[in-house]
Parts: sequence; C-alpha cells; structure tokens
Amino acid sequence: MIVAQPKPVKEVADYIKECAKVLVVGCSGCTSVCLAGGETEAEILATALRILRKKQGRPLETLVTTITRQCDPEFVAGIAEKVSQVDAVVSLGCGVGVQFLAEHYPDKWVLPALNTVFAGGTVQAGLWEERCGLCGDCVLHLTGGICPITRCAKSIQNGPCGGSQNGKCEINPDTPCAWHLIYEKLSALGRLDLMLEYRPAKDWSKERSGGPRLVQRKDAEL
Amino acid sequence: MGDFKPQIIAFCCYYCAYAAADVAGSLRLQYAPEVRVIEIPCSGRVDPVVILKAFEEGADGVYVAGCLEGDCHFLKGNIRARKRVEYIQKILSELGIEPERLAMYNLSGAQGDRFAEIADEFTARIKKLGPSPVKVGDSL
Repeated sequence: MIVAQPKPVKEVADYIKECAKVLVVGCSGCTSVCLAGGETEAEILATALRILRKKQGRPLETLVTTITRQCDPEFVAGIAEKVSQVDAVVSLGCGVGVQFLAEHYPDKWVLPALNTVFAGGTVQAGLWEERCGLCGDCVLHLTGGICPITRCAKSIQNGPCGGSQNGKCEINPDTPCAWHLIYEKLSALGRLDLMLEYRPAKDWSKERSGGPRLVQRKDAEL
Repeated sequence: MGDFKPQIIAFCCYYCAYAAADVAGSLRLQYAPEVRVIEIPCSGRVDPVVILKAFEEGADGVYVAGCLEGDCHFLKGNIRARKRVEYIQKILSELGIEPERLAMYNLSGAQGDRFAEIADEFTARIKKLGPSPVKVGDSL
C-alpha cells in the first residue's frame, strides 16, 4: 500500500487560512489502512481545524466525507455536490488522490493534508516499513523476496558494500543489511547459486525518472 | 479567576470509574460539581474525535477514567485508552491547547474515595490553568 503521514495541523490550517468553508475528504484505501487518512482521521483533522479557527475568532465550517478510493475517477465524481458548496477541498488521500481530485474539480483549490512517504506494509501494529521502490523491473525472484532497491540504503544490485558490519547497515546499526538478509535467505533456501550468476545491468529505464509511466490494458477499456 | 467554573467532562468506564462514582454517591462523598460524567462501556472505547469535539464545544478539561492497568474487563482497553490520550495530547499541543487539560486516570470500581479525589484534583488543575483557549478565542 501507499503509506502516508499527516502534515502538521497548523500547516494545513495555513493552506486554508482564507477559506470560510472546506470539504475534508478521507480515503478508504491505503491511507485509511496506514491510519493517516481514513474516516476517523478526516474527522479528527476537520475538528482540529475548526478548533484552531475558533481559537482565532474566525470560525471555519467543514464538511467531511470519505470515499472508497481517491485514485479512482468514479468515486471522485461522487462528491461533486459537496465540492460545489466549499471554498477548498482538503484531501487525506495520497499524492495520487490529491491530484485526481484537483483534476476532476479544476476550478477548486485542492490541498494535501498528508505527506505521501512510500510503498510499504504493516510490519507490526502501528509500524509501517518501505518495501518497494517501484523500479518497474522487479528482481525479487533473484533475491529471495528481499528488495535490494528499498532495503539497501545504496540500492546496490550486487552487494553487500564495504559498510556492512555484523549483518547491519553502516547508515544505522538498527537497519539490517539487505544483502546480508538476501545471503541468509538464499542460503536457507539452498539457492546461493543465484548469487554467482552473471547478470546484465539492471534496466533503470523502467524507473520513474523518465516521467510518469503508464500501464495499459486494452481489454479493460470501455 | 476566582469565579471561574470550569466545564469538565469525565469519560468513565462502566466497569470501574462509573461504578466508583456510584460508590462515591452511596458514601455521600462530596466532589467537584463541575465534573460531568459520561458513561462508556470501556475506556478503550473513547474516540479521539469525541474528545476533540468536547474541547471544540467548550470543555475546559477532559479526562478518561479506566480500570487499573491489568484489570481491564476487555483485557487491553485501558492500555489503548492511555495511548490514545497521549496521542490526543500531542494534537492538543499542536493546536495550542495545554495537553494537561486532558488526562487519563485508573481506578477500580470499589474506589469511591479515589473517584472523588480525582474529580477534585483534576478540577483544581483546570482552575489553575484557567478557561480553555478555545473558549477564550485566544489568537495564536
């Protein structure tokens, strides 16, 4: 999932300081699962924004709604009536959600309430970790299911580097060395031969530095 | 500040603090009349939105009273409540509201005297802090 974190309330309040009425839109997708932008978080943010404005003697009116996914036009379209009533829309979706709202409602000021951080998962309740670098050319079949792009600080493809010490990364003694993990995993699976294979350089052209990538399925078109 | 009568909301767990309030009543104990008790099925049920809304609506102080740690009827509700209170205290700080206006207490259903003591202690704390900045319309 996409993992996000709330921006400081005062920062969001500053974005909407000129507004009298805003729509706070939560997302039931990824940001709901990482407890940053679901129904509860949308209510908390709306209440916090109203409290701040009440303190300033300039009350703020809020509408609050949460949609199934902000990254899906059909759900974004469903809140048109609410959007029409407000001066600005505050999105608790990831960066994709904010952009989809802004594109769908071009005459409306759409603002992010979250910082989108990474693609990751829940490693324990209340803790999320980055696990995918979205490189477009997955190598997990060669590394025992451990991603060297995200889990190695240098994204090394043929590591470990000289900074690996006692199985830990030199950047942080609490961070396991990805290539140490890969070696241990392949060793346990009896597949250390994969580490001896000569492979061409990784195809980084599929990575995001070439601008926004597209995935198309002709059969899914309407 | 002498005539300041704070509005205090106490979210009390049915299995302990709310029962303790009954005991306090049976014992004819006097405690701060500013405290308005709201019964909840478990302190872990208390929602951050409800606490924030209490402050929005003009509460000068809010506390959550749950069972003694280790004695929760639902095992971990009071632990969750404590963590949630700490989380909301951080939000209050961000909003420029003293986090001491929100507290978590633990007591058993038999501690009527402790219930009264908590009510008095928290009310004294809030009286010292003065009216909520939300109520005052204090500018940041």
